[in-house]
Amino acid sequence: MSENKKNLILSVKDLEVKFKVRNKILTAIRRISMDFEEGKVVAIVGESGSGKSVFTKTFTGMLEINGMISNGEIWFEGRDLAKIKSDKEWEQIRGKKIATVFQDPMTSLNPVKTIGDQISEVIIKHQGKSKSEAKTMAIEMMGKVGIKNAEKRYDEYPFMYSGGMRQRIVIAIALACRPRILICDEPTTALDVTIQAQIIRLIKDLSQEYGFTTIYITHDLGVVANVADVVAVMYAGQIVEYGNVEEVFYDSRHPYTWGLLSSLPQLGEKGENLFAIRGTPPSLFEEIKGDAFAPRSNYAMKIDYEQEPPFFKVSDTHYAKTWLLDPRAPKVEPPAAVAHLHERMLALTSKGGIYGER
Amino acid sequence: MSGNKEVLVEVKNVDITFGSGKKIFRAVTNASFNIYKGETFALVGESGSGKTTIARAIIRLNNTSAGEILFKGKKINGKLSKEDRTWVQRNIQMIFQDPAASLNERATIDYCISEGLYNFHLYKDEADRQRKVDDALNAVGLLPEHKSRYPHEFSGGQRQRVGIARAMIMEPEFIIADEPISALDVSIRAQVLNLMNKFKDERGLTYMFIAHDLSVVRYFADRIAVIHNGRIVEVAPALDLFRYPIHPYTQSLLQAVPMPDPKIEKAKQLKVYDNSVEEESADDGALTEIIPGHYIFMNEKQRSGFEAKLKEMKELEKNQ
Repeated sequence: MSENKKNLILSVKDLEVKFKVRNKILTAIRRISMDFEEGKVVAIVGESGSGKSVFTKTFTGMLEINGMISNGEIWFEGRDLAKIKSDKEWEQIRGKKIATVFQDPMTSLNPVKTIGDQISEVIIKHQGKSKSEAKTMAIEMMGKVGIKNAEKRYDEYPFMYSGGMRQRIVIAIALACRPRILICDEPTTALDVTIQAQIIRLIKDLSQEYGFTTIYITHDLGVVANVADVVAVMYAGQIVEYGNVEEVFYDSRHPYTWGLLSSLPQLGEKGENLFAIRGTPPSLFEEIKGDAFAPRSNYAMKIDYEQEPPFFKVSDTHYAKTWLLDPRAPKVEPPAAVAHLHERMLALTSKGGIYGER
Repeated sequence: MSGNKEVLVEVKNVDITFGSGKKIFRAVTNASFNIYKGETFALVGESGSGKTTIARAIIRLNNTSAGEILFKGKKINGKLSKEDRTWVQRNIQMIFQDPAASLNERATIDYCISEGLYNFHLYKDEADRQRKVDDALNAVGLLPEHKSRYPHEFSGGQRQRVGIARAMIMEPEFIIADEPISALDVSIRAQVLNLMNKFKDERGLTYMFIAHDLSVVRYFADRIAVIHNGRIVEVAPALDLFRYPIHPYTQSLLQAVPMPDPKIEKAKQLKVYDNSVEEESADDGALTEIIPGHYIFMNEKQRSGFEAKLKEMKELEKNQ
């Protein structure tokens, strides 16, 4: 969000995305500007319907047919991706430069093609290798993502793989073209926690080895804490808070971020009610006036219903879109659970000595 | 947590197998646990560990191949008279993971919620049924005017409320909730958990809560059983399990749950689960009490090892 950042790999300016649904217009992304720094892991957090997937789908031209970019620019390698119209042009970017790993490894693999064919297909198409070269590379890639006996399993079909193994294959396919950006759209939501931990580790190791930039989309704040350098919190089609991971977890400023953090079941005290954000997100079919979160917020002021807040700067890397940061706003303290997040989490984890270092 | 408390559900040495002959698959091996009246008992494990299979055996959707399941002291697995079956079906209700899939899309909310009432003729007249449905809707925070709507017109959180209303209207004593919040958004999860707790307090319900996420269970459950590969490896009061996770599988599961705290998460070293402890006692092990109320699956030879580990944890705790 600030100017003159070095090594920007992707830069989004004033992006607006609209969908036409049964003759009504839905604004899924409401003017987002955001810069992605090369090599940094960015996590985009938000509830379903907040637009996090739609936002990143615009980077690869994968909006559904009824969706369109109605405003804004997406700058990548000196070209504006928002202007690309034809699929042919997108093929230069999608999969090749910017690849995506989706949530459900069942549906992202072709069930009637062997695992090996699905990986080498990508290598042949994007890197122009011969069939046998591609096979060698594919087997190497399978080894890299942790498939044992890769040579033997090359000719197997997706149904012969477990969920975690399938997700490894999807990652292998995504990385086969050495993309510069890897978008991970809830890559571990469908997996068990133990497998999730392995996949997260794998993506981390590979990003170091291949030097790609990772964009995570998730609603799991635990995963965010593990993977992210930078966190962007999304609500109702906008980014409402943005900062380094420690800033967002330990010094959050937006009431929605507070709400998300306070409703963590980890922070629940037995016998007491969990904090719950009341109500539901606003309908994006209608125009939103003021701060979209105001009706659900315990901190809403009059102006929140009238005028949309701008981004206020908290530090050079930390911004929040809330009127609470305006100098004229009354001073409010974040909820207690959020204010002492680290202490409370430490108290939880120090027991039993299974967390290693602390 | 034992002795004087009334046992509501008793699972004794239950085996559940699928298939027959050479292709037999053992989904649950020798599972035993009690659920006390008024508590929330959580069954935690990875997918394929057999947690849902046990739950389905309790509501008679799966057959057991050995052992007994008792509900209020009465055997409810195997062959039952029609009367007894009805009694079980009425008194044990289930809340499912996916509220979109568990409601009939072509039926109104009114019908979805009253289906149980219709099946068991639990209403005097139409006005009585209407009143019961209205009460159930109010109780879960929906409005009576929602009755004429269809499931697709609701959000995920609202649909799960319908799923809860539909279970509650039967006035059951025991509810099995199979991952009731896994499909919901973070901010909605808290709402649903609070609602379930409210019913527990108001109506003295007993829950069996099936989950894969230990962090939710810590807050919500009174006691936790950890299940791995069809075998229960550890049972303990919730806070105890987090303080002294003794079985190596419990430890690895706890460790794998990402904590929403970047400093803790980034310092964490992942350990790979080593199956050897479990295999060692596979043939002659049993759930053995190591501290009051805290059970570990082990054989006699392993006892000293586990006790040493427990001691080590207590030392560590003292030094903090």
